[in-house]
Amino acid sequence: MYVAVKGGEAAINNAHRLLADRRRGDRSLPSLTIEQIVAQLGLAVDRVMAEASLFDPSLAALAVRQSRGDLIEAIFLLRAYRTTLPRFGVSVPLDTARMQVERRVSATYKDLPGGQLLGPTFDYTHRLLDPSLLEDQDVEEPARRPAPEEEIMRVSDILAHEGLIETDGTFPDDHVAGDLTREPMEFPMPRDLRLQALARGDEGFLLALAYSTQRGFGRTHPFVGEIRIGEVELEMDVPEMGFSVSLGRIKVTECQMVNQFKGSAKAPPQFTRGYGLVFGQSERKAMSMSLVDRALRAQEFGEDIVAPAQDEEFVISHSDNVQATGFVEHLKLPHYVDFQAELALVRGMRAEIAARDTDDDMQEAAE
Amino acid sequence: MDVAKDAVAAAGGIGRQRAAGLLAKATKDELKAAWDALADKPGVRPVRGPETGLVMVRGSIGGGGAPFNLGEATVTRATVLLASGTAGHAQALGTSKEKVRLQAIFDALWQEGATQAWVEAALLTPVEARLAEEDRRRADETAATRVDFFTMVRGED
Repeated sequence: MYVAVKGGEAAINNAHRLLADRRRGDRSLPSLTIEQIVAQLGLAVDRVMAEASLFDPSLAALAVRQSRGDLIEAIFLLRAYRTTLPRFGVSVPLDTARMQVERRVSATYKDLPGGQLLGPTFDYTHRLLDPSLLEDQDVEEPARRPAPEEEIMRVSDILAHEGLIETDGTFPDDHVAGDLTREPMEFPMPRDLRLQALARGDEGFLLALAYSTQRGFGRTHPFVGEIRIGEVELEMDVPEMGFSVSLGRIKVTECQMVNQFKGSAKAPPQFTRGYGLVFGQSERKAMSMSLVDRALRAQEFGEDIVAPAQDEEFVISHSDNVQATGFVEHLKLPHYVDFQAELALVRGMRAEIAARDTDDDMQEAAE
Repeated sequence: MDVAKDAVAAAGGIGRQRAAGLLAKATKDELKAAWDALADKPGVRPVRGPETGLVMVRGSIGGGGAPFNLGEATVTRATVLLASGTAGHAQALGTSKEKVRLQAIFDALWQEGATQAWVEAALLTPVEARLAEEDRRRADETAATRVDFFTMVRGED
C-alpha cells in the first residue's frame, strides 16, 4: 500500500538553513576558498574526482566544501552534476608511457631506466604528528637536481622483451569499449568494463578486497612492477579541425602489478598482470585496483573461484559507493506504512501464540 | 619568424595542431592579456558555444592494450567566425567559457597570414616557454628525489 503524506516542509527548509550555518561554522574564522582546497587538500580532491568519475579539480573542491568534507557526499554531488552535461566525445587513449612523471617506483627492479623516483610521498615518514603545522610556518622550496634526458621506461616493457610476462590486455579488433554510464550492467562482464567500474569504485572497498587476496582469499602472488604518478596529455579527435588536439593535461596514477605464472601445454609459463589507473594521485587506490583486476581474471586463467575478490558480480555490484550509500541510507527515510504492516503482523503472530498457550493451559488444567 | 613561416607551410596540419595545443594550455589571463594587446581587434561572431560538456577519457588495459573508459572530464568548446570569414575552433579542459572563447579567436587569427606571426610572438611563444620552464622545474624537483643506491662493502678487500 502506498499512501502519500505531506508535511515537514518548514522543518526541511530550516534543516538546510542549519546545515548551511554549520558548514560555514565560526564566522570569526576565514572561509575556505576553492583554490585553497585544490592546493592544500589536493588528495581529497583527487579522491572525489576518481570516484565521481569526473576530472575537474575546481568542481571537486566545490563539492568537498559543500559537503563539509564528507567525501562520499562530495562524490555524489559531482556525479549528479555530470548528468546535466552533454557528452562531446571520447578521448584518444592516454599514453602513460609519455607521462610527465612526478613519482615512479618499482619493487621488482632496483636499477631500471629512469630510476626510482620517490616524488612527494608519505612513504618513509615516521607518521608522527608534526606540531610545526599548528603554525603557519614558511615551507622550504623543494630540492632540485638536473633531470637526465632519460626515458622512464615501463617495467612491463622490460619484462616483455624476454616474453616473461603476458602482453597488455587485448580484445578482438571489432570490440568496442563498453561504457557503464550508458549500458546496464551484465555479467559476465568483459575486462574493459570491469576496469571502468574499478576506476570509479570505492577506495575503501577495493582496499579491503585487495587486502583479502593478500591474506589468502584468492591469492595472486603480486609484485609492484611499477607505480607511476604524473600528468599526461589528454587528446581528442576534432572533426572540425581534421586532427587530434590537446585539451590540456590531467594527473593520473598507474599501477602495473606483476603476478605469478600461467602457462599451458602450448605456451611456456609467464607472469600474469593486474592493471590500475586512477584520476589524480592515489597509489593506494591504483594498487588495490590492480590487485582486484588480477583476482577477477580467475576464470580467464582457469583458477577456482573461491574468494569474494574473484567473484565479479559480487565485486562490481558493490564497488560503487554512490549506489551503496543510496541504498543503505534510504533506510532512514519514512517507512511508516511498511512498518505499520510489520507491526500488525508481529501482533497477529503474538496473539495467535498467546491464544494457543491459553488453550494448552486450559487443556492441561482439564487433564 | 622562421617558426611562423614553417607554421604557415603546415597550416591545417601539424602547425595548427601545435598552436591549438598551446592555446588549450594557455591560461585565461594569458589569453586576455594577448587580446588586450592586440591593436586591430577583429569583429567576432559566435557560431557555437562557448559550451561545457564531457569527454570520456580512455585508458588502455595494461598501459598499451585495448582501450577502456576511465572516467569523464569537463571540457568547454567554442567556435567563432571572424569578420574576415575565418573560423576558429577551441576546446580545453575545465569550465571557463571566456578562456575558450578567446582561444577560438586566436585559433582563427593564427590561421590568417596577417596575424599569425603576431599570435606566435605575443602568445604561443611565451606560453610554450612557460610550459617548458614549468616542466623543467618539476622534472628537476622529481630528479632530486631519485634514489642513488650504494653497496655496503663488508670486511676488507
